[in-house]
Amino acid sequence: MTALALVNYFEPWWVQIIKALVIFGVIFAMLPVIIVYERKLLGRFQGRYGPNRVGPYGLAQPLAEIVKFATKEPSRPTTSVGYLFRIAPVIAILTAVSALALVPFGDVQHIFGQRVGLYGIDVSIGPLYVFAFAGISFYGIMLGGWSSGSKYAFLGAMRAAAQLISYEVSQGLALVGVILTAGTLSLTGIVHAQAGLWYFIPQIVGFLIFMTASFAETNRAPFDLMEADSEIIGYFTEYGGTPFVAYLFAEYTNMIVVSGITVTVFFGGWLLPFGIHPPGWVDPFVVLAKMLLIITLFIWVRATLPRLRYDQLMSFGWKILLPLATLNLVVTAVLVVS
Amino acid sequence: MTLPYDPGPDVIEVIRAPAAGPVRGAYRTFGATLRGLKTTFGRIVEGPTTIQYPEEKTPVYPRFRGRHKLHRFEDTGLEKCVGCSLCAAACPADCIRVVAAENTPENRISAGERYAAVYEINLSRCIFCGYCEVACPFDAITMGHDYEMSDYTRSDLIFTKEMLLAEPIERTPLRREGE
Repeated sequence: MTALALVNYFEPWWVQIIKALVIFGVIFAMLPVIIVYERKLLGRFQGRYGPNRVGPYGLAQPLAEIVKFATKEPSRPTTSVGYLFRIAPVIAILTAVSALALVPFGDVQHIFGQRVGLYGIDVSIGPLYVFAFAGISFYGIMLGGWSSGSKYAFLGAMRAAAQLISYEVSQGLALVGVILTAGTLSLTGIVHAQAGLWYFIPQIVGFLIFMTASFAETNRAPFDLMEADSEIIGYFTEYGGTPFVAYLFAEYTNMIVVSGITVTVFFGGWLLPFGIHPPGWVDPFVVLAKMLLIITLFIWVRATLPRLRYDQLMSFGWKILLPLATLNLVVTAVLVVS
Repeated sequence: MTLPYDPGPDVIEVIRAPAAGPVRGAYRTFGATLRGLKTTFGRIVEGPTTIQYPEEKTPVYPRFRGRHKLHRFEDTGLEKCVGCSLCAAACPADCIRVVAAENTPENRISAGERYAAVYEINLSRCIFCGYCEVACPFDAITMGHDYEMSDYTRSDLIFTKEMLLAEPIERTPLRREGE
């Protein structure tokens, strides 16, 4: 137990299970809310109302849609590879949820005499864990596109794979600057290191690079080529019904994870500015509010920017973003050492 | 100046703006993005311009040609239509059917000698050109303002004289002239 306590596994097993269930439940309850929030906000950005027919203010719209998707007849192309076709969406959603475990919603609290950290796990390799699961989530996309047995799904999957690989590099390098400054890989440690100044001010370049790369990582506009609603050549072209919803939920969970990581790494996690120190139970709400702001930014950008062409996407990622991220890393390293 | 393409023999000179430097180029790129974000945010401030159709209706202009109406004299209550079938003759879609009958002193329906015993307009054929209105010598038929005429069967779209004489159930909002 002592070895595990070193990497912050100090809680008893049942507390960990309860934590996992609570985080999973809260975030999965938030997903439909975020979907309807996005659609309504997108409507406002375009001078219309968005969904407002189902339920009060259209809030029950995602419920209606989930029922619609869930009652669809399952079907797959005759050329598809059956078990991979079924497993791929599971991989996508599993990796998204696993990465969710890392977002810290608060500091260690004393609840009913137990020391409970308000996060899934606090591993000492923080961001590496996130990137590891982002790397595995790429299997969900790639297998889904390949096992569909359709040219278009395969093309979409190839583009998605290339995009994910290109932007993960810049995203990782942008985070290294923060890690160097904080001197720790633990996400709670990074939050504690921001007590004086949130990292988005000294690491503004890293923040911009990270955000840009995150838009690409989460398949959001203007980098949403891999799903490209208007062209309909995505890796999930052949999916319908519940597996399609799984991909959709995986995408939105990814968005939540990325906004959570952004809040943690650049916006001081549960910390509040101007020396305000609320009681511990407020922390998760502070994190959720900050995450909502980041998600609003995601939606705002989606409503504004047109989609990039594929070659633009690639040259932007490798020729502009990656050198910038490397330069940012080098400059930060020099400043930290000197 | 060398161009990356051959502009053809007609072009004598091509004037190009000076290439943007790194700072100016960055300003152009990010400036455009920020202006775009400002534009979309302006839409939120303006609010939606949607008209929520079944609840709100777009007001129509006074000369809007909607569903036909047949009229009565306001003082005597007699029908204006005298069954002359000029509207049916003028109709390019051939959707009006008039069968005339004689007025008798004990059964007086219209102001003239005859009246329309049957007056039907097949609205599934009508093209709302308004020629019937123009052709009518007594202003007995006019184009109204209703535009909600969908129905489930084609036979329901054949409007009889009673339906055309009745006031529309729901009034269509009217726009002021010159608006």
